[in-house]
Amino acid sequence: MADTSAPSFPTIFERSRPGRRAARPPHFDEPDLAALLGEDQVRAAPPRLPEVSELDLVRHFTQLAHRQFSIDGNVYPLGSCTMKYNPKVHEEAARLFQDLHPQQAPETAQGTLRLLYELQRDLGALTGMDAVSLQPAAGAHGELTGILMIRAYHRARGEGKQRRVVLVPDGAHDTNPATAAMAGYRVVEVPSDATGEVDLDAFTRALGPEVAAVMLTNPNTVGVFETRILEIARRAHEAGAQLYYDGANLNAIVGRVRPGDMGFDVVHLNLHKTFTTPHGGGGPGTGPVGVKAHLAEFLPVPLVVEADQGYRLSEDVPKSIGRMRSFVGNVGNLIRAYAYIRTLGLEGLRRVSGHAVLNANYLRVRMQQAGYTVPFDRLNMHEFVAQPPEGLHTLDIAKALLDEGMHPMTVYFPLIVKEAMMVEPTETESLETLDAYAEALGRVLRRAAEDEGYLAGAPYHTPVRRLDEVRAARRPVLRYAFGDDPGSAD
Amino acid sequence: MPYLPHSEEDVRRALETIGVESIDALFDALPATLRNPDIDLPPAMDETTLLAHLRSLAARDRPAGPNFLGGGMRRHFIPSVTPHLALQSEFVTAYTPYQPEVAQGILQATFEYQTMMSELTGLAVSNASMYDGATATAEAALLAVRQTRRERVLVSRGVHPETRAILATYLEALDIRIDTLDLEHLATPVPTVDGDVACVIVQQPNFLGSLEAMAALTQAAHASGALLVAVVDPLGLAVLTPPGAYGADIAVGDGQTIGNPTAFGGPSFGFMVVTDALLRQLPGRLVGETVDVDGRRAFVLTLQAREQHIRRSKARSNICSNHQLTALMATVNLAALGPQGLREAAAASLRQAHRLADRLRSQGADLAGDVRFFNEFTVRTRRPGSVVRSALAARGVHAGVPVGSEYRLGNAVVLAATELVSDEDIEQLVGALTAEGELEGREVGHG
Amino acid sequence: MQIPDNLRYTASHEWVSEPVDGVVTIGITDYAQDQLGDVVYVELPEVGATLASGDAVAVVESVKTASDIYAPVSGSVEAVNEALHDTPETINDSPYQGGWLFKLRLADASERTALLDAGGYQQAVEKEG
Repeated sequence: MADTSAPSFPTIFERSRPGRRAARPPHFDEPDLAALLGEDQVRAAPPRLPEVSELDLVRHFTQLAHRQFSIDGNVYPLGSCTMKYNPKVHEEAARLFQDLHPQQAPETAQGTLRLLYELQRDLGALTGMDAVSLQPAAGAHGELTGILMIRAYHRARGEGKQRRVVLVPDGAHDTNPATAAMAGYRVVEVPSDATGEVDLDAFTRALGPEVAAVMLTNPNTVGVFETRILEIARRAHEAGAQLYYDGANLNAIVGRVRPGDMGFDVVHLNLHKTFTTPHGGGGPGTGPVGVKAHLAEFLPVPLVVEADQGYRLSEDVPKSIGRMRSFVGNVGNLIRAYAYIRTLGLEGLRRVSGHAVLNANYLRVRMQQAGYTVPFDRLNMHEFVAQPPEGLHTLDIAKALLDEGMHPMTVYFPLIVKEAMMVEPTETESLETLDAYAEALGRVLRRAAEDEGYLAGAPYHTPVRRLDEVRAARRPVLRYAFGDDPGSAD
Repeated sequence: MPYLPHSEEDVRRALETIGVESIDALFDALPATLRNPDIDLPPAMDETTLLAHLRSLAARDRPAGPNFLGGGMRRHFIPSVTPHLALQSEFVTAYTPYQPEVAQGILQATFEYQTMMSELTGLAVSNASMYDGATATAEAALLAVRQTRRERVLVSRGVHPETRAILATYLEALDIRIDTLDLEHLATPVPTVDGDVACVIVQQPNFLGSLEAMAALTQAAHASGALLVAVVDPLGLAVLTPPGAYGADIAVGDGQTIGNPTAFGGPSFGFMVVTDALLRQLPGRLVGETVDVDGRRAFVLTLQAREQHIRRSKARSNICSNHQLTALMATVNLAALGPQGLREAAAASLRQAHRLADRLRSQGADLAGDVRFFNEFTVRTRRPGSVVRSALAARGVHAGVPVGSEYRLGNAVVLAATELVSDEDIEQLVGALTAEGELEGREVGHG
Repeated sequence: MQIPDNLRYTASHEWVSEPVDGVVTIGITDYAQDQLGDVVYVELPEVGATLASGDAVAVVESVKTASDIYAPVSGSVEAVNEALHDTPETINDSPYQGGWLFKLRLADASERTALLDAGGYQQAVEKEG
C-alpha cells in the first residue's frame, strides 16, 4: 500500500460510512423475498457498495473530475484519435431521444428510426458506399464486421478455404491483426517505402490466391496519402482480394475524396473521431460500416429500412453474417453524429478536412522550428510523425509536457519510426494554441539541455507523478481491499 | 462556420508559414479525378434550426406512458445526481487514460467500477467494461475456448435470442460449435456435459423471466471440466444469489439496468467478471493500483500485454476500447443508491411484477406455468406478441416483448415491472389486455 | 553484455545449456532481458509437451511488450521454472542462472551443436544494434 509520506486521494469506499445513503427509489413495502424467489435463490450477504451522503458523492466525483485532463480543459493532439471539440448542442440532441426503449412497438419510434435511416444514407453518401450498417459499437468492432463480411463473400464464391491471409501495411493500427485473427485469418505485413507509402512492388509480390483482404488506412498512419491507391486497388482486385478501408484517418479527407471512389469495398468509420461523438474517457465509440453493392447481402442485421408510411428494423438480409450486438446500435452517439452532419453540411465538412490538414502542416513547421525532426519531410495530411533530437526519449518529453498543462501527442506509434511522436491537432484548434504547443515543446528541449536529469523525473506538477507500472503488472491489485480481505487478484 | 476557429487572416498566415498557395493545394496528392465529388447532403442548419428539426423528429416518437418492457433493457430509477456527476465535461471529453499522471479521475473511477462489479457478482476480477452484454457473452465463450482448449459450447435457449445470435456470429468465424439446450417448464434442465465442451452458458433470470437452478447447472459443467458462464442482470444481483456463490467461472451481462437510460438500445455497456484463475485470459482494459515516485497511491492501465496494441494477432480479443462513460454512469449510480437503495429498487421491481402477475391471473391469464421469477415473466396471448404490443401501444401502454416460436409456447409476451411502475399503471395494463381480449378464451396459446 | 562461453545461442536470443543426461536448460540472454526491460509475467510451456525447433513455446512480458520465445531445439519439456510466477524479475537479475525458463529432453543432440557459439552470438548482437 501507499507510503503515507505523500497523501493519497480517497476512494469512494474510504468515504463510506455504515448507514449513510444518497438517492431513494420510489418506496414500496418490501415483499417476502424468500417466499417469492425460493430460499435458495435469495442473496445471503449484501454487496459492499458505497454508503455515502449525496453531498459526499458529489464532492468525490467532482474532485475526481478535477484530476482529469480533457479536450474541454486544454489541447490534446493525439495522433489518429482526432481529439476535436465536442459540441454541447449534441448533448441536448441526444437527451431528446433518451427515454425510448428498444423493444417499443416500431410505430412509436418513427422519429428515431427516420433519423437513423437518414444517417445510414448520409454516411453512405460521404464514403461513396452503397449500403451502411450502424450496428458496430467501436472502430475495432466495425473492423471485425467488415472482415467477417469479406469472409462470407469469399465463402459464397467457393474460395473461403483458399483465401486465408489478410495483408496489412507495417505501420497498421494494432487492431488490424487482432481483428484478422478473430475472423480466423493470418496476417502478412507489407513494408513501406522511403516516402512512407506502401511499397508497391512488395505489395504486388504479397498478393496471391491465398489473400482474402487488404486492410489500409488512407491517409496512412504516418499521415501521408497513399498516392498510388488506385493502382493498389486495381492490383488487389485483379488478384481476387477485397479492399478494406480503416476509417481512423477520415478527418483528413472527409468531403474531398471518398473511399468508395478510391476502390475500397468495405469501410468502417469512427464516429468518435471524425464525427465528434465524445471519447468519454475511452468509450463508448461507434463504428458503422459501409459496403459496395456486391457485399450488401452480407451486412449484419438489423438494418433500418423504409416501410409502409414510415420506417422499421429489418432482418431480411438472407446471407447476413448475423448480429454483431444487441438492438440497433449506439443510438445516443448516432444521434450526435447526425446532428454534426446536419450542422456542417457538405461545405462545412470540406472545411473540416481542409483546416485539419492546414493545422497539422502548420504545427509540423512550428515543431521543426522548435528543434524536432520530421522523418517524412513532405506535406503531410491531418497528422504527422516527429522525433525528438538524438539522445532524448519521447517518453520523457511527453511527461515534461504534462507539467506545461498540455497533453502529449501519441507516443511510440507507429512502431516503424524510432521514438515516434504522432501529432494530430485537428481543425478546432486556433493558431495561438498551436504556437503555444510548439513553444512548450521548445521549452522542454531547452530545459533538457540545461539540466540532464530534469526530464527523467518529470512530471513534477501533476496530481500524481510517474507511476510504478512494473509493480502494477507484477502484483496486480485490481479491486479495493475491504478490511481483511487481500483484495489482490493473485 | 461552427466549431472552426480560423478567420481568413488565420488561414492566410498558416498557408504562408507552410509555404503553400491555398488549402486546395494541400490536397494535390489526391487523384485529380476523385477530388471534391458531388455529395448529396442536406444543407447546413444553424443551432436553432437544428434543435427545431430534432424536436420535430422526437415528436414522432412516443416514449411516454406506463412502461412494462423488458427483454434486455428496462426503465429504472436514475437520480438526477447520476448524470450530473458522470457527464461532467472532464469525463465526457477525455480520451483513454494512457498518460495516467493526468488521468487519475477516469482511472480511479474505473478501479471503483471494477470493485463494485466484483462485489455485485461475487467474483474476483472485473475488466473495465465492454460494448454490451451480448458481445461480452461472446467474448466469455471465446475465453472458455482458449482456457480449456475445447471447441464446443453449450448455451441454454433461455439466454436472450439476440445474445445467442451474436454468439453464433462470433463463434462461427472460428469454427467453434454451438449446441443449444432446450427449456423444460421455462427453465434449463440439468444436462450431462461432454468432455469436449468448453463452457455452459446460462442466463439468470432467463429470457422468459424464470429463475434457473444455477448451482446444479454449475456442478454439471464442472463435472466434465467445462466452465460455467452466468449471464446476469446486475440489478437482480441485489436480491438474487450472485454467481460467485454458486461457483460460476465467468459472470457477464448488460449494465443498462444499473444506471443508463434505455436510449433505443444504446450505448450501454457489457461487464465481465472472472475468477482469479482466469485473470490472464480476461479481454479488455484493466485498471490496477500502484504508487508514484513519491509513494502516493495511484491507478494505471495494467496487464496491457494481453491487449491488441501489444499482442496484435495473439491478443485476447481485438477490443480496443471500453464503454467508459456508460460504465461511469453505473458506477456513480451504484454509489448514489448504495446497497440499501439498490435493494429497494430490486425489491420494488419484484413486488410490482408479482402484483401484475397476480392481477393478470385473476383475470384468467395463462402465465405459461407456475415458475419463480424476479421481475419479468411470460404470459400467453391470443394474438402474436408483436400484434399485442402494437395494440397496447395504441392504448398508451408500452408492454409486450414478443416470445419467438423457438420457445414452443404459442403466442406469448414477456412483461416486466420496475420501481417506476405504479399500482395505477398496473391497472391500466390489466385493463388494456382484458379489453383487447388477450387474456381469456379458447384461442389463448395457439399460434 | 554477458555471453557465457559454455552455452549455445539462437539469433532470437535464447540460450541452451550443455546437456546433462540428455536434458538441456533454456532461457533468454542478458541482451534480451535488457531489451525487454522489467519482466512482469512469463507464460511457460506445459511439462510433458513435445516441442519442435522453431515453435513459439513461451512468452515473456514486460509492461509494454510481449516477446515470443522459440524452442531452439526439439524435445519434450521435462520441467519449467515455477518460481518465475511469483518473481518474474529473476529473469532480469539472473538470466543465465535463476532466470532459466524450462528444461528439455533433447530429441536430437546435433540440433544443439548447429546453434551459434558465444562468438557467433556476439556478432549477431552487434549486427542488430
